[in-house]
Amino acid sequence: MFHRFANPARFSRIAARVLPWSGAATIALFIIGIYYALFASPPDFQQGETVRIMYVHVPSAWISMACYSFIAVMSAVALIWKHPLADIAARSAAPLGAGFTLIVLITGSLWGKPTWGTWWVWDARLTSVLVLFFLYLGHIALTNAFDNPQRGARAAAVLALVGFVNIPIIKFSVDWWNTLHQPASVTRLDAPAIDPAILTPLLLMALAFTFYFVTMLLVRMRADLNAMRARALRLSAAE
Amino acid sequence: MKRKHRRLMVVLTSLGLLGAAAVLVLTAVEDSLVFFYTPSDLAERPTPPENLFRLGGLVEEGSVRKDGATTYFNVTDLQKTIPASYTGVLPDLFRPGQGVVAEGTLNPDGSFTATEVLAKHDETYMPKEVADALRESGQWRDGSVTQ
Repeated sequence: MFHRFANPARFSRIAARVLPWSGAATIALFIIGIYYALFASPPDFQQGETVRIMYVHVPSAWISMACYSFIAVMSAVALIWKHPLADIAARSAAPLGAGFTLIVLITGSLWGKPTWGTWWVWDARLTSVLVLFFLYLGHIALTNAFDNPQRGARAAAVLALVGFVNIPIIKFSVDWWNTLHQPASVTRLDAPAIDPAILTPLLLMALAFTFYFVTMLLVRMRADLNAMRARALRLSAAE
Repeated sequence: MKRKHRRLMVVLTSLGLLGAAAVLVLTAVEDSLVFFYTPSDLAERPTPPENLFRLGGLVEEGSVRKDGATTYFNVTDLQKTIPASYTGVLPDLFRPGQGVVAEGTLNPDGSFTATEVLAKHDETYMPKEVADALRESGQWRDGSVTQ
């Protein structure tokens, strides 16, 4: 099954068929999600309207970590089984993940000032997310640092796997150490500590962000495949 | 097939070793990873005066007293309590029962002088009406969810 989807031509065909649907779903979910986030949800009892920053901050944080885990899995597949698509998937996902991590850092800072009283502190959660951002930048730089793209992909894959230790550190930093950042509200073993009226827009926005991520990933992977094919054609025409 | 398996083993072993190394390092530097100390932590490991550190806990109910620009309050973790004072503007979320992290120094008499006070937000979110309803029915009060 793995091999069937690892065929670049078949992947391109399937992606072309999925894209219009995932694109439409992204737009629809964003319209509903933003309506709920800005208009159809109540202010928080402590934070007031500031709580609406969460509807961008938290989904971005989820995606930034999921995206890194995806890159790590793809890197392992590329290193071990040498699937051509795995490198392309990792390379295409990295700038998306870096963008989401930047959104997390900026919205977190904007949220921290009114609630905590500071733009930034060096607590374990904030610092480990900053490290995640640097890992993404390192991955992008390393991918493009070699004349031979395959060597770049290999080096970046090793970095992605080494950097994966950071993901559990981000997730559990708020449980293992005293931090200024509060512990998880949604992903805990008992019921979420968020009222349904506030949880609904959060989950809708998370769904919209996920569809946006998948759509963008497919677009970027297809573009990358086409660029590779164009390069190969140019080379064979020159001979 | 053989080489694939070898590569799989290499990747798995290195990830395992890396994870173990990370755990060892994080355990070793745990003290510098915590963002603040609780009053109980301080009782266990005495801190000399003039040492700048962060103290975290709840603002004790009924302990907040204003004197001009200076606010006096007690920081408690429900086991130990330390009296603290701060001169300046407090964050909006500062109030009795709320979690705070204060940076400052211990005085020789055991009280704490803060140079900066941050509000620690907890992980509960709800509309104001729900909070009021819960408070009225006595099922919940400020601060009780912060620990």
